[in-house]
Amino acid sequence: MYALDVDRLTVSYFDTHALDGVSVRLPVASLIGIIGPNGAGKSTFLKAVLGLIPARIEQLRVLDQSLEDVRSRVAYVPQRSAIDWDFPVRVQDVVLMGCYPKLGLFKRPSKAQKAFAMDCLERVGMSDHAERQIGELSGGQQQRVFLARALAQEAELLLLDEPFVGIDVASEQMIIELLRTLRAEGRTIVVVHHDLHKAEDYFDTLMLLNKQLIAVGPPSDILTPEWLEPAYGLPLFERRKEGQG
Amino acid sequence: MTFIEALLQYEFLQKAMITAVMVGIICGVIGCFIILRGMSLMGDAISHAVLPGVAISYLLGINFLIGAVVTGLVTALGIGFVSQNSRIKNDTAIGIMFTSAFALGIILISFLRSSSDLYHILFGNVLAVRPSDMWMTVIIGLIVLGGIFLFYKELLISSFDPTMAQAYGLSTRWIHYGLMTLLTLVTVASLQTVGIILVVAMLITPAATAYLLTNRLSRMLFLAGGFGTLSAIIGLYFSFTYNLSSGASIVLVATTLFALVFVFSPRHGLMRHRKRKESTV
Repeated sequence: MYALDVDRLTVSYFDTHALDGVSVRLPVASLIGIIGPNGAGKSTFLKAVLGLIPARIEQLRVLDQSLEDVRSRVAYVPQRSAIDWDFPVRVQDVVLMGCYPKLGLFKRPSKAQKAFAMDCLERVGMSDHAERQIGELSGGQQQRVFLARALAQEAELLLLDEPFVGIDVASEQMIIELLRTLRAEGRTIVVVHHDLHKAEDYFDTLMLLNKQLIAVGPPSDILTPEWLEPAYGLPLFERRKEGQG
Repeated sequence: MTFIEALLQYEFLQKAMITAVMVGIICGVIGCFIILRGMSLMGDAISHAVLPGVAISYLLGINFLIGAVVTGLVTALGIGFVSQNSRIKNDTAIGIMFTSAFALGIILISFLRSSSDLYHILFGNVLAVRPSDMWMTVIIGLIVLGGIFLFYKELLISSFDPTMAQAYGLSTRWIHYGLMTLLTLVTVASLQTVGIILVVAMLITPAATAYLLTNRLSRMLFLAGGFGTLSAIIGLYFSFTYNLSSGASIVLVATTLFALVFVFSPRHGLMRHRKRKESTV
């Protein structure tokens, strides 16, 4: 079973391709990093897979089913810049939103769901902040609250868009530990990531993207000049190779 | 005769009060979603776009709610179409579409009715409210409040995190146009009280005042409705006692309340901001 099975995904804005014929299969119960230069279409890939932007796609299976059947089991954590941090919601309100996909129209979260949301907040170590407005937290704390929301959603597939941007080292460490725990529980986590030197340590599988799929596989195979050069077009790797040789 | 005595004695003043209070509540409540979604200019646009609808309804002899909702929604759709299918930015598209609709409305009204009617539609005259207007406002109020109560959860998540809302299958487009429909209804209900030109003040100012006082959306809705009500009551008092324009009086009271909260709000007021800045230096 694959967490994501994508066949020939193409996204175009007016005349230019943001993504061009990307076919990829990502395994379940793993921590997957999507890397590539700026403008490579990393975030676009996540959004297209979720059907948030118009895309052409030959075939898409999510957790071995059609997207419509598994929507409520897929959680998306947006980029920090996509959120209005002055919005009048408290931390516990945000986590409770994780219950919304399961609730029908007109239904309110039950007592049990509220208690479950608080448990999820506890798991990310943020229960002391339940009453705080979301914008009063640090970047790392905000990211943990959004992870708690994904937990409250009981998501099996988590898609995180640049979760480590603008947060401190301690929070980053805490979040990666948490993601590892989630993987051990059998969940799949896909992370858009731009920091190459931590990629090897963090992920089991890397997906290297630059409008097209350059390569996918274990980090030790992907983080080599052979693959990084065509993706990034940097002479940097060339020089390092010469220096080593 | 004091305002209270007059209120007890005159039926026209009671009707004016009921209508103005209802308008204050629904403008405040729907205004919260308008300002949180960054759609203040859109609120202004939709309220102006109601004018040609009102004119066409008179021409056809139908209820002017129908015409108003149609031209309001056509304008909202037009704005979306222009900004999505060209490089024109959203605020520019809004500027083009609503001024066009408004200009068309002025021409149509001038063909149909006297200039004093146009004046009343543009600026409102709550003291001349008829029983039918009052009942229409009350019914619209119940529809708007009922809609927001039923779709509270959807409105909250699509305003705070539209990407997550879409990701789990919520149609943010339908929510947007649903909100635009409620906005046209609110504008029509406000015609008599504050008029087309100033309705945007009642949508934005009480909601913005509430926004400075709380960190919870549910409380913000109640506070905004409260500020709208307070503005309506005090504004009507000034309008009746000193023979001032009702819409303008209500709006200026709302502005005064905003100014007070802007300076003194314990959480987000000017004083607090200054203190915080000093303490960080």
